[in-house]
Amino acid sequence: MIRTLAWKEFRTLFAQPLAWVILAVVQFVMAMVFFWYLSQYFEILPRIQQLANPPGVTEVVVGGSFYFAAILLQVAVVLLSMRLFSDEYRNRTIALLLSAPISSTEIALGKFCGLMLFLLIPVALLTIMSASLALGGVVDWGLIGANLLALVLLLTAYSALGLLISSLTAHPLLAGFGTFMALVFLMLLNILATDPNATSNYLSPLNHFETIAKGLIDTANLSFLVIVTTTLLVLTSKILDRRRMQG
Amino acid sequence: MPQPTDITLSAHRLTRRYGTGLAVAELDLALQRGEVLGLLGPNGAGKSTTMQMLTGNLAPSSGSIAVCGIDLLEQPLLAKAKIGYLPETPPLYREMTVDEFLTFCGRLHRLPSIELGSAVQEVKARCGLADMGRRLIAHLSKGYQQRVGIAQAILHKPDVVILDEPTVGLDPNQIREIRTLIRELSANHSVILSTHILPEVEAVCDRVHIMHQGKIVFSDSIEGLRRSQQTETLLVGFSRPPTLAEFQNLTGASDAQILEKGLFKVHCTADSTRAETITQAATAHAWGLTQLSPERTSLEDVFAGLTRTEEKNSQASV
Repeated sequence: MIRTLAWKEFRTLFAQPLAWVILAVVQFVMAMVFFWYLSQYFEILPRIQQLANPPGVTEVVVGGSFYFAAILLQVAVVLLSMRLFSDEYRNRTIALLLSAPISSTEIALGKFCGLMLFLLIPVALLTIMSASLALGGVVDWGLIGANLLALVLLLTAYSALGLLISSLTAHPLLAGFGTFMALVFLMLLNILATDPNATSNYLSPLNHFETIAKGLIDTANLSFLVIVTTTLLVLTSKILDRRRMQG
Repeated sequence: MPQPTDITLSAHRLTRRYGTGLAVAELDLALQRGEVLGLLGPNGAGKSTTMQMLTGNLAPSSGSIAVCGIDLLEQPLLAKAKIGYLPETPPLYREMTVDEFLTFCGRLHRLPSIELGSAVQEVKARCGLADMGRRLIAHLSKGYQQRVGIAQAILHKPDVVILDEPTVGLDPNQIREIRTLIRELSANHSVILSTHILPEVEAVCDRVHIMHQGKIVFSDSIEGLRRSQQTETLLVGFSRPPTLAEFQNLTGASDAQILEKGLFKVHCTADSTRAETITQAATAHAWGLTQLSPERTSLEDVFAGLTRTEEKNSQASV
């Protein structure tokens, strides 16, 4: 059932020009960024070779690109998640889902998976770009894997947040704006943190993304993102139930 | 007497509050298999709210609903599988084709993949959508969109089909087609239909509930509804009319009124001999009878009467 809903959502995204534009722009920007990091790497290469433990090409280029993608894809999450429920409310199509023999949890999970499926496309393309470094040198596959895992987990948390905010209003723009502000706030918690161990920094998903992307794949960081995502999805299904109560 | 198992949908003391207002108050309802029940009422009478509750879109403030004996509030998924619902606004994904949409709806209702294709074909044929499969829903006319809405409601062969104002916004031909379709549906499904158009109820329903301010103010079969308005009015026209007093005296119709020059309005019950008396008086006094036509109380009058009395009662009780 979740698969049916996710597949429908995935196809609906492709029915909008917005999704194609997002894919094209993200891919274009990411290619530019990737190339920029690569040229930067060659520029600093003579200097860093003096170091005792110089950063490798994977760390500089892949790490940099994935971090940039984490910031850039926030915009994609905002634009793609804002319609997920708002449009259903506005067009009254939500009645179709609510009258069908499916639970609110299935509805929320279905939509979430559909959005994630779409977001995996730019992530996959970025991973392929990163893997292409192997054509000309030695890459740290483990680090690429860590970056990939970190980005996917970060996007699940962001998507779940976008989904929740979309389930609160029938106005897609309001939902989009709300998600955007929430994501900017969470990002600033990390970027503006003077003390890396501050609580505010700990609350930012971006902080956990960075730690995992560095290769520090520990339970604390993984479970933070997983718990945030799960909580937001549970809340979304509760909101759907509540709408049934309030009408 | 119908067996208890023939009841496909029943609601007991169904109530829905919005803040302090009552949208639906202690509504009881029972639907038998193969029956078309019309839910009639002015806008805002609580018809849509009732239907939303019956389909699990809205939780009732109190009361219970059972679909084929399954409690909708306790086992929503099992109960919902037996319901097909067309809301006031057809819930259509405009960016999908008719085939894609109906296939999606079939999956939502957990139709097995093997049956899905044939079920979609069958429902399309039934709703006159056979050639529309590849069209985008956004490009369909209002009438065809409504058919797609009905198609999704009956696709999974539910025991109960609930249609909220299915003919609103359609042209007369489309209305006739949809009504025929609804009559056909009653062969295998129970149907509840809401409307504020009285002829629609007369045309398709077996039984009617008239709702007003969240309550059922009238509940009977269509024949019963017709019987309840047996009081008829006669329109009598003369070329050489008597005065009102003369007319009243000679025909014994003390409640007669003059509508315009030479045209009288007389109340008479179906079994009275008033028409005969009037004809005899007209011939005897050479009034020159030009018209004697029954003006049957329309359903509109009954409806207006019922809802107005209710208002008076409720005002009186306040």
